Amino acid sequence: MKHLLLCASALALTATMSEAKTFVYCSEASPEGFDPAPFTAGGTFDASAHPIYNRLTEFKKGTTEVEPGLAESWDVSEDGTEYTFHLREGVKWHSNETFTPTRDFNADDVIFSYERQGAADHPWHQYIAGVTYEYYTSMAMPELIKSIEKIDDYTVKFTLNQPEAPFLANIAMPFASIVSKEYADTLDAAGTKEDLNNLPIGTGPFKFVAYQKDAVVRYTKNADYWGEGAIIDDLVFAITPDAAVRLQKLKAGECHLMPYPAPADIETIKADPNLKLDEQAGLNVGYLAYNTTVAPFDNARVRKALNMAINKDAIVDAVFQGAAAPAKNPIPPTMWSYNDAIEDDPYDPEASKKMLEEEGVTDLSMKIWAMPVQRPYMPNARRSAELMQEDLSKVGVTVEIVSYEWGEYLQKSMEAGRDGAVMLGWTGDNGDPDNFLSVLLSCDSAGEGGANRAFWCNEEFSKLLKDAKITADPAERTALYEQAQVIFKDQAPWFTIAHSTQYVPMSTKVSGFKMSPLGDFTFETVDLAE
Amino acid sequence: MIRFILSKLLYLIPTFLGITIIAFSFVRILPGDPVLLMAGERGVTPERHAELSAQLGYDQPIVMQYFEFLGRLLQGDMGNSLVTKKPVLEEFLTLFPATVELGLCAILIATVIGVTVGVLAAIRRGSWFDQISMTLALVGFSMPIFWWGLLLIIFFSGILGWTPVSGRISLLYYFPDATGFMLIDSLLSGQKGAFTSALSHLILPSLVLATIPLAVIARQTRSAMLEVMGEDYVRTARAKGMPQYRVIGIHALRNAMVPVVTTIGLQIGVLMAGAILTETIFSWPGIGKWMIDSISRRDYPVVQSGLLLIAALVMIVNLLVDLTYGLINPRIRVK
Repeated sequence: MKHLLLCASALALTATMSEAKTFVYCSEASPEGFDPAPFTAGGTFDASAHPIYNRLTEFKKGTTEVEPGLAESWDVSEDGTEYTFHLREGVKWHSNETFTPTRDFNADDVIFSYERQGAADHPWHQYIAGVTYEYYTSMAMPELIKSIEKIDDYTVKFTLNQPEAPFLANIAMPFASIVSKEYADTLDAAGTKEDLNNLPIGTGPFKFVAYQKDAVVRYTKNADYWGEGAIIDDLVFAITPDAAVRLQKLKAGECHLMPYPAPADIETIKADPNLKLDEQAGLNVGYLAYNTTVAPFDNARVRKALNMAINKDAIVDAVFQGAAAPAKNPIPPTMWSYNDAIEDDPYDPEASKKMLEEEGVTDLSMKIWAMPVQRPYMPNARRSAELMQEDLSKVGVTVEIVSYEWGEYLQKSMEAGRDGAVMLGWTGDNGDPDNFLSVLLSCDSAGEGGANRAFWCNEEFSKLLKDAKITADPAERTALYEQAQVIFKDQAPWFTIAHSTQYVPMSTKVSGFKMSPLGDFTFETVDLAE
Repeated sequence: MIRFILSKLLYLIPTFLGITIIAFSFVRILPGDPVLLMAGERGVTPERHAELSAQLGYDQPIVMQYFEFLGRLLQGDMGNSLVTKKPVLEEFLTLFPATVELGLCAILIATVIGVTVGVLAAIRRGSWFDQISMTLALVGFSMPIFWWGLLLIIFFSGILGWTPVSGRISLLYYFPDATGFMLIDSLLSGQKGAFTSALSHLILPSLVLATIPLAVIARQTRSAMLEVMGEDYVRTARAKGMPQYRVIGIHALRNAMVPVVTTIGLQIGVLMAGAILTETIFSWPGIGKWMIDSISRRDYPVVQSGLLLIAALVMIVNLLVDLTYGLINPRIRVK
């Protein structure tokens, strides 16, 4: 309480002395909690992992390139299964009312942070009843990591069961944030374990101050930050779930920056002299996945013919209002190994009709599934489906549009023998092509519980992905992925729709904001003009 | 009187049991489950799905789950949120004051304006005031809250700049929660301008939330007044030369209030429904917004216990309304 009051008076003071800079971000959702490991929502990471914590490796701001974080450097063994990390010295932990660190960050913290997620018998694995580590599990860390050893206080060795090229990118993801073992021990002794999640202690550029549920999260600059510290003094998240209201708040000066504007508001924002708009091609893809196990969609030429019947540019114009790039590959153009030499199937209804006839497909009727919700890669699935329906009717294909409630849609669309082509998409987690191609198109993910909604299993394609995953040399990996994209285009398991552009509206007073291709919102580089 | 209260309380028990069944089944009837929604586009293997379901206790037969829920409820345990992992009751109590503050303010506006307009419209029956106000009441009653809230924000906050857009207080003010009621806390904080800021944030959302109850109350007051004013005792009062304000204020209004108080009581339920939309629009951190978030994430424990708490609240308010009849009209006590 005393601490709160102190902060209160400090903040009140800063309000009157215009020297201290308070940056207000109109965030879109309440954080699920502040422990970076158990949660999965992007909005939670923006409020926990990014401001409060660091990882061994970090994504370089504004890119998907991996750079040193809490690990200053690392050595990888010849066979690619041993990673030795040399940790940064002199990294200070935050402090709060109940905790003052007695030591700097070291190897014990690294081991604690990974083991509590991986080992079911670890005393901190279930420190809150019902907590699970979904990202750790879904990135296959339990199968990958054989052991983690402390060599000395500032050296940690990870031994893997097999080589894994995306490993360094995986551990730059929010779930791999390093938490303080000393803080955990203190909480354990005090019997307040759940405060690891409520009152987070990290090494990041901002210190957590307070969270008023569903309303406001407050942070203050970490003056002892090991890297280039934040420019602003205080950071405030004003939780504002409705996009139209966020824009009104931005216009009224109640916040300085907002995520996810409604596509229809983009023009208004551009016209406002007090606002500016950053834009960037998103690391995402929207697609229509055929069921490649069911006739006639098991025939690649039929799928290709259908792809040629749909006017992609019209969808980009009408549904995305131009805020997207038409997609020809399953990975976005901003991702390394994107094969730009590939030519998209032309929009050619005549040729399409002919191809269908050649394959003996006449009077085809099919279903197109349109998801009921707006997603970052698809503003309006039903409208897209209607455009496809109209285009396909011109080549003699009758389309019925179906939809289900979102949870049911996700489930039913993965049922074997599904009737119809499913519209869906993906946003990248770590900037690695494997995170798109293996997750969405490999044989392994074509079964139950996978995300390969085309049920497409091409041995050659999957072999290329497997080879690429255990190849360390980036040039070699690039070649393998480029080849995989050629097979994809030839076999056409999807109609690739678009890579949507992401917009971030902000006040003209804001400078230094760097958009992240991964969709993260981070504020240590921003400054505010008076 | 005590017997009257006790009999009313006895009625609450079966009602409450019925509500537990509805609250429990409602969220489970919805397709999709929390594990799937958590996994999103990524999907989840059947093994992992089974493992997580078992961990959450959702692999049990549904009837068993219900009795488990009821058993815990009787011990005062409402379970933990699947999303935040915090006790449902703790979350409810954190957010509840915000909803109460908004709701009280709305019901105050609705009652004061609604009753006044209703009485005036009844006295001047057929006048332009009556016609315009009753037309407006009809419009208000059919107003889509979400759109109405946004419209007011764009006009008063966006164009005129008179009121803040959303939230409970300006972010420049920061003090610990003492009571959870922002108007009180801002006064206690002693910070200059805090109370005014809190009050200005309360205006638009409470107006929006008050819209439907106000319309209903105004119409109900008008018709109740018209009915009462045709009664013999009103004519008698008039005939003996009693001044108009006494006739209306004491003889007519007091008797007309019985159905109006019922209406106000019933509006508490409507208010809770309205709060869900109003809180979402105005980023108001109350239980309405909390329920919406939890339904979309299929946070079973929060939805079922949250519904239960809200239902209990509405029931208690209705009971209090029943008791106030006794104050207004002593004959009801005897029945």
